[in-house]
Amino acid sequence: MFKNKKFLLLTVLAVFSLVLAACGFGGESSDDKSKDDGKDSGSSETASAKELNLIVASEPPAMHPGLATDTTSGALLQNLFENLLSYDVDGKVVAGAAETWDISEDQLTYTFHLRDSKWTNGDPVTAGDFEYAWKWALNPENASEYASLLYPIQGAEAYNLGEGAVDGVGVKAEDEKTLVVTLAQPTPYFLELVAFKTYAPLNQKVVEANTEWYTDAGADYVTNGPFVLDTWKHSDSIVLKKNPEYWDAANVALETINIGMVENESTTVTMFKNGEIDYLGSPYGSIALDAIDGFKADGTLKTANYAGVYWYKLNTKDKITGNVNIRKALTLAIDRQGLIDNVAKGEQKPALGMVPSAISGFEEDRGYYKDNDIEGAKAALEAGMKELGIKDPSEINIKLSFNTSEAHAAIAQYIQENWSKNLGISTTLDNSEWQVYLEKLNQLDYQVGRMGWIADYNDAYTFLEMYNTAANGNNDTGWENAEYKKLLDQSIVEADPAKRLELLKQAEGIAVSEFPVAPIYYYTNLYVQKDSVKNMKPDMLGNIKLKYVDVE
Amino acid sequence: MINYILKRLMYILIALFVIVTVTFFLMRLAPGSPFASERNFPPQIEEKLNETYGLNNPWYIQYKDYLIDTASFNFGESMKYKARSTNDMISESFPVSLTLGIEAMLLAIGFGVLAGVIAALYHNKFPDYLATTIAVLGISVPSFILAGLMQYFFAYKLGLFPVSGWKGFNYSILPALAIAFSHAGFIAKLTRSSMLEQNHSEYVKMARAKGLGKWTIVFRHTLRNALLPVITYLGPLTAGVVTGSFIIENIFAIPGLGKHFVQSITNRDYTVIMGTTVFYSIILLFAILIVDILYTFIDPRIKLKGAKK
Repeated sequence: MFKNKKFLLLTVLAVFSLVLAACGFGGESSDDKSKDDGKDSGSSETASAKELNLIVASEPPAMHPGLATDTTSGALLQNLFENLLSYDVDGKVVAGAAETWDISEDQLTYTFHLRDSKWTNGDPVTAGDFEYAWKWALNPENASEYASLLYPIQGAEAYNLGEGAVDGVGVKAEDEKTLVVTLAQPTPYFLELVAFKTYAPLNQKVVEANTEWYTDAGADYVTNGPFVLDTWKHSDSIVLKKNPEYWDAANVALETINIGMVENESTTVTMFKNGEIDYLGSPYGSIALDAIDGFKADGTLKTANYAGVYWYKLNTKDKITGNVNIRKALTLAIDRQGLIDNVAKGEQKPALGMVPSAISGFEEDRGYYKDNDIEGAKAALEAGMKELGIKDPSEINIKLSFNTSEAHAAIAQYIQENWSKNLGISTTLDNSEWQVYLEKLNQLDYQVGRMGWIADYNDAYTFLEMYNTAANGNNDTGWENAEYKKLLDQSIVEADPAKRLELLKQAEGIAVSEFPVAPIYYYTNLYVQKDSVKNMKPDMLGNIKLKYVDVE
Repeated sequence: MINYILKRLMYILIALFVIVTVTFFLMRLAPGSPFASERNFPPQIEEKLNETYGLNNPWYIQYKDYLIDTASFNFGESMKYKARSTNDMISESFPVSLTLGIEAMLLAIGFGVLAGVIAALYHNKFPDYLATTIAVLGISVPSFILAGLMQYFFAYKLGLFPVSGWKGFNYSILPALAIAFSHAGFIAKLTRSSMLEQNHSEYVKMARAKGLGKWTIVFRHTLRNALLPVITYLGPLTAGVVTGSFIIENIFAIPGLGKHFVQSITNRDYTVIMGTTVFYSIILLFAILIVDILYTFIDPRIKLKGAKK
């Protein structure tokens, strides 16, 4: 027995050491960056091989331009793939894989002329690659969740919904270098769309040879952008390397970008303070709410405009919030500036309209309503109660729904307090998990529900389109208005930018007079960066093109 | 012995069947869909997605599919991470959790038993109070507080360890300590009380009378008997620790298995929920079985039911 036991012990030890040796820790432990304190990174070694260290909050769920829907995948894909058009450092649309483009007189035909450029496997980038990729995303078999962004193209919607044939889609590669796109109607913001991630090309040969090409880094992950996917350790880290084949490689400064995956916000703040990462701010991590004051105090916090709006959707099919005056009262009785200063803290701007001031043409306040307008709110509440036959404000109880999160809860509590103090109505807070919450909103199973909306492209239409009909999947309020829809429909065929802007503003005016939503604030993008990092800032869509970034 | 093990394996299969069934129905009862998205897409696309993942089948077909998947250990593709198979996700993250878990286990057992023995030997003296205080602290301080504090002081203030990540051995020290601390406290308390119990027994007095040294008695006699309750505790502990901890992985950014348990549920990622649940159940059930078998080696008085003499 004794011998047996010793043997057992030895076996257990052997197994343990084997396991430990075999597992390893999955990394080259030799070059340990964390010991550099970042200050002397400008010295000889790093200067020759420029490196940037970043983090993202999670494993990217879909590193496929046709399937990606989230910010993490989007942020990476933008630097791996090059669309026909791209963004400059300020978010303006500039030439990408297309060198020039012509737009027909009636604005229905776009002809893109591609420059000579190569895929990472050496194949030339052809017009056919774009045609293939766009049709891939539209193919109902592939169930691309963002395919609707391609709907301005003629026949695209019908094909995607299984009502039309692939031949009806208005994308055609005339030859290797010419792509002709026919639109269903003049879409003034189409060039903005072309720079969006869903419009990226795919290398047909590679994609067809290996349908799971996008699940790992390697020979099959073929891209045409400024960087290549060098390593991808799932849930751990991603390394991007400069693509020497990229057409504009001469202007790309960074050689290597190390991207870790760190979800915990206070950990990311510590990493930044410790010099382990060079930049912190969406989409590369985010600054924890409780760290904002600290960064403000030492003057390192930077703010960028962000085309997004945080709003409370109001269910217009509900008994109480179905009344327009009640909705008006709820909207007016919010002290937005106080909320921003005391709760949100990110130097957001009070939202007094539906389209953020970051969108061109909407910088000025349109004067729809005042922030914290107690008088107006009380009058509207009075009128609303009369219509509903309610005698006392205390009889009104509003259910305020949001998805579970500390930040949303804090905002909801602040507004609950506003409503109770200014209007004398009571509010019940109701939170649920994200996946459940989305369904609740969609089925109009709520009274007031929080939601955010970030622009997909730099145009007011992205904020207004969702309310065109009650059936629109992003409406979630049951509100519709024939006049509003007419104005929006006119806006996508109007060729004159000034007239079009006027139409969009009129439409916004109609919506804001009926309050299907109570806009709260326009987003800002907060970030901190090391002094050595140059040219790195998010544009108004929240994109960061790493192509322009340099480190000293 | 063989009979006993076979019988236990049968029980394990039955338990797994029950677990899969309960998980399946709980999963289906929970509101929310894996494809709910901020940007809505046409119903035709949603239908297509449901079809791809077999979610439009009647529940009994889906149930049957899950049973077959479980039996063949092929849980299918994740619904959130496109084209990633659940098996891959588990096989990539489990070694990380296992490595960290074993490190934490060794630390927990080492420190726990040592502290327990010292406390028992110096019963009601200063070392006893010290060890007991530390053990109680270990049990009562939540791991996320401990992890946060250790990260702040040892990694950020003192710069002894990296803040987070998983690139080498020194990345594993802080998380392993954070996991080990509370378990070590529990093991210390267990060891201490059963050591005290043994100290009053006849055979220890006999050994004393024979003039054996304090520590010799501990290692030759008392500890062996005192460790039985600790080993009982080790079964479930091993299963829990080697499959990773969501909190510790989150704080130290470790690519382990623990986060999939939590995230798959918030994502309603049905295939991953099923995969991780079954995987954890198997490890837990086998850990308990191994502990039961280990008993006979440690204490020859224990006979397994159904074992031949």
